[in-house]
Amino acid sequence: MEFSIMDLAPAAAEIFLLAAICVILVVDLFVPDERRYLTYGLTQITLVVAALLTAAGIDSAPVYAFSGMFVGDAFSSVLKVGVCLTVAIGLVYSRSYLEPRGMYRGEYFVLALFATLGMMVMISANHFLALYLGLELLSLSLYAMVALARDSARSTEAAMKYFVLGALASGMLLYGMSMVYGATASLAIGDVIAAVQSGHANSTILKFGLVFIVAGIGFKLGAVPFHMWVPDVYHGAPTAVTLMIGTAPKLAAFAFIVRLLVESLGAEQLVVEWRQMLVLLSVASLVLGNVVAIAQTNLKRLLAYSTISHMGFLLLGVLSGTTEGYSAAMFYVSVYVIMGLGAFGMILLMSRKGYEAEELEDLKGLNQRHPWYAFVMLIIMFSMAGIPPTVGFWAKLSVLQAVISIGYVWLAVVAVLFSLVGAFYYLRVVKLMYFDEPAQREAMQVGVDSGVLMSANGIAVLALGMMPGALLAVCERAVTMSLRVAT
Amino acid sequence: MNMMSVCLVAALAPLAGAITAGLFGRQIGRAGAHWVTIIGVALSMIASAIALRDVMDGNLFNGTVYTWATSGGMRFEIGFLIDELSATMMLVVTFVSLMVHIYTIGYMADDPGYQRFFSYISLFTFSMMMLVMSNNFLQLFFGWEAVGLVSYLLIGFWYTRPTAIYANLKAFLVNRVGDFGFILGIALVLVYFGSLDYGEVFALAPGKATERIGAEIGVQWPLITAICICLFIGAMGKSAQFPLHVWLPDSMEGPTPISALIHAATMVTAGIFMVARMSPLYELSETALSLILIIGAITALFMGLLGIVQNDIKRVVAYSTLSQLGYMTVALGASAYSVAIFHLMTHAFFKALLFLAAGSVIIGMHHDQDMRHMGGLRRRMPITWITSLIGSLALIGFPFFSGFYSKESIIEAVHLSKTPAAGLAWIAVTVGVFITALYSFRMYFLVFEGKPRFEVHGSSDAQHGDDAHAHHGPVDPHESPAVVWWPLVALAVPSIVVGAIAIGPLLFGGYFGDSLQVLSKHDVVGKIGEHFHGWLAMGLHGFATVPFWLAAAGVALAWYLYLRRPDIPAKIQSAVRPLYNLLDQKYYMDRFNDWFFAGGARSVGGGLWRFGDVGVIDGVLVNGSAKLVAWLAGVARKVQSGFVYHYAFMMIIGVFVLMTWWFLHL
Repeated sequence: MEFSIMDLAPAAAEIFLLAAICVILVVDLFVPDERRYLTYGLTQITLVVAALLTAAGIDSAPVYAFSGMFVGDAFSSVLKVGVCLTVAIGLVYSRSYLEPRGMYRGEYFVLALFATLGMMVMISANHFLALYLGLELLSLSLYAMVALARDSARSTEAAMKYFVLGALASGMLLYGMSMVYGATASLAIGDVIAAVQSGHANSTILKFGLVFIVAGIGFKLGAVPFHMWVPDVYHGAPTAVTLMIGTAPKLAAFAFIVRLLVESLGAEQLVVEWRQMLVLLSVASLVLGNVVAIAQTNLKRLLAYSTISHMGFLLLGVLSGTTEGYSAAMFYVSVYVIMGLGAFGMILLMSRKGYEAEELEDLKGLNQRHPWYAFVMLIIMFSMAGIPPTVGFWAKLSVLQAVISIGYVWLAVVAVLFSLVGAFYYLRVVKLMYFDEPAQREAMQVGVDSGVLMSANGIAVLALGMMPGALLAVCERAVTMSLRVAT
Repeated sequence: MNMMSVCLVAALAPLAGAITAGLFGRQIGRAGAHWVTIIGVALSMIASAIALRDVMDGNLFNGTVYTWATSGGMRFEIGFLIDELSATMMLVVTFVSLMVHIYTIGYMADDPGYQRFFSYISLFTFSMMMLVMSNNFLQLFFGWEAVGLVSYLLIGFWYTRPTAIYANLKAFLVNRVGDFGFILGIALVLVYFGSLDYGEVFALAPGKATERIGAEIGVQWPLITAICICLFIGAMGKSAQFPLHVWLPDSMEGPTPISALIHAATMVTAGIFMVARMSPLYELSETALSLILIIGAITALFMGLLGIVQNDIKRVVAYSTLSQLGYMTVALGASAYSVAIFHLMTHAFFKALLFLAAGSVIIGMHHDQDMRHMGGLRRRMPITWITSLIGSLALIGFPFFSGFYSKESIIEAVHLSKTPAAGLAWIAVTVGVFITALYSFRMYFLVFEGKPRFEVHGSSDAQHGDDAHAHHGPVDPHESPAVVWWPLVALAVPSIVVGAIAIGPLLFGGYFGDSLQVLSKHDVVGKIGEHFHGWLAMGLHGFATVPFWLAAAGVALAWYLYLRRPDIPAKIQSAVRPLYNLLDQKYYMDRFNDWFFAGGARSVGGGLWRFGDVGVIDGVLVNGSAKLVAWLAGVARKVQSGFVYHYAFMMIIGVFVLMTWWFLHL
């Protein structure tokens, strides 16, 4: 195996990130508690630089590194920039939440950075092992972050559940991968699809492996029936960590699906198979996510079930098996991440020392306490429900179009019906904010940084709804430029 | 500045004013609110003037500002089409709007909703601009609905008064009927032309002149006729044509500046503008043109008759507006689109003037609107008097006043038109001249001439108070403040001269270019032009025409009945009691609507409520789905037990299901 230093260029951002993590680990040792902002600042700078380094490769044709285990292309660059920025914004929202809760420590930032690294590796993986490596790096960091509130029994329990179930899912995924390896004698994405298309691979074993891979994906997304961890972990984890779990990893999970199902197992005879499985997962997620969310009284649990239903929508785009479908799904997941940032960020903004604003009751009369944030939350809720002119409408519309284009009109009808059911609980949030008397009257204390970002976040949801063209075009271009879709 | 920025300023400056005054009204105060909106509208007017000058230089503009979405090959966009037609409308709209803005400072001075009012009228200006500047049907529809919405808000501006709420609801519902036709028309355009862009649709229209639709339901309707009639139903709602006119008289519940701006000069003419804009379509359907003629003729004649029996000063002007809208519609039906727009323009000036003058009288009378309590105001309110007289002369078409040129052209155009029903329409509009003169000068004589009657009656029993806080006590009318009479003067000038100035270029000088299209067999305006020798000759000839003598007869009759022998009207009234009742009850149309539509809808609704709502929806759907949700949520809660082995078990089941699924497929 020989390589020159130039071969590593596509992975520059990841290499930089790893180096920076090591530096931050060491620096943090010498930083006294009251100057923890140094660690925080370094982390933010690292994320921004990593995003810039990634953005440099956004126009390039696919470039391979590490003997073809790693690929840098437009698709991965867009998603990785998204991941870095999402994590950075999430950290801004989290800062004032972490400080009074004893979590404003070096470990938190380092774990967040490791998780970011894991996501980036996942997104750029061109080999089953690299995919798995990234996934585990991400998952292990997240397990630790959930458990970071050591004194909270709820957090510890959530971390335990997450870890056990995650391990089970990883096992399934590995099992599926090994089946595929058995059938195709390869782990590299390009070779797998070539072997499948040549028709020499044993189709029974291949499909057997496919089932387990889909199960692993289902867990990562939180699609029914692999969703059981989602409400408990979202609820149990400290809200800042919930934000972390609920946003950026969805982008990575989307890349994960694309690498596995589309690029490796996207041959026609297999698409028919996994489409059926995804239809099952998608419908189950739409039904369960939307219906059960209605019964929730806790905002974090509500958003957990809402995530489940959104992932059902995301799967609609993927299961269409067309380029348009993939770009629609990519658009959907990007939009979801923007909305998720806003929604979880709002919970963080409303929280204070010794007070978690995570019950629906806590939103009562927000309009009287802080009309602007109530309005931002209103936009985000409308967007999640898919009401124009917010961007959530376009996200839903584009995946529905993808589904209809392959003739699954009934599926689109089901999706629309259940998003109608879902509109109920989003609008209930709006009703609580605007039409109920507040239970408490203290003004919200929001820092300038998170306040400005939250406003921008809400405006972005609205502005993208007015002008969805640019983001749609980015997704479309990334997908058509880079994805090796079997024809 | 390029045309695009000019257009954006013209459309968005009033919006900015409306948002500022609406959202930050409390912070910027009353003066701030009127300044910011007046500046916005003034900017818009300047931009419109620049646009008009550019258009005169031959620089037409048709471009897309912003594409909202592309879906299934359909583009939804905001775009502007600035040609002679839209530029003229823009200037008329912004000018009248500016006058009304200024006037409002005086009229609404004591109203607690001052900022809200300015916000609304600026929002209206924005909506109207979007409507007239549009280059596609979608934006037209947006503007159409937006002006309807603001009209609704403004009719109900004094929302604590039940009559105002009744009136705005009525306007809203009647317009729903019209808009239903309108959106059907737009849908037909979209389905059969595959585009909503004016240019594309008009280019395709001649090729579809013989296409027929409705084979699915066993009929053979000509496509263009169907589209035109559907769109015209929309225009009937918005421009208050018979039988959808019933909302306009009631809309007088709104403050007077609104009656001038929205319910006389601009919004109600949107339907006229729309039909003129669609002239390439309407030209292809003789049937639609005949229908327009008939509807217009009915409105012009019969609504004018109602004006004779009204005692509320604003309602007289309102019925006069209905009648004049009928004239414009008749002109459209005779394919004299340019004449319709010409009358629209002159009417905008003199009718806004009459309304604002009526408002000035109402201020002077301390918000008593009953003409029987007025009289002899001429000396007490000289400026209001002279401007009112100018407006009335323009309205009845006295030679050399603006209304003369436009109305005379309409009558002449209908006379020459060969479209079926033109003969009928000609009789209606000619008789209408007499009626117009009669009610206009009845109002004029009752208000300004004769002996003052207010000392006798006072206004403490005012039932039609225009303001929630009508002043009580002795009435001593005097001239209104400058901010009120100044717009009157500014409107009186164009009411006199604009006809003489504009008739030559507008009608016969090819001013409208390609923005209005007329087939040569319908080209009545061209035929009039053959006998047109300048405004002076036309004005002098005006003294020798039948309509002039009819108008003179109307004025003379009004003078005789209401000044000379004021005892006669009461005698006539009792002599022809049934006829009077018919007019007083507005042909019983409100009663009929209440009984048939409102009552019918209520009994149908009651039936549906009993069977459908209580039985099916509440019983099965609502309670059923609520139970389903509760049940499913309960099950999910059970499964979501919190035990990790339950979760793991669930995952295994998931894999098992997927595996089984796949085996079944195998």
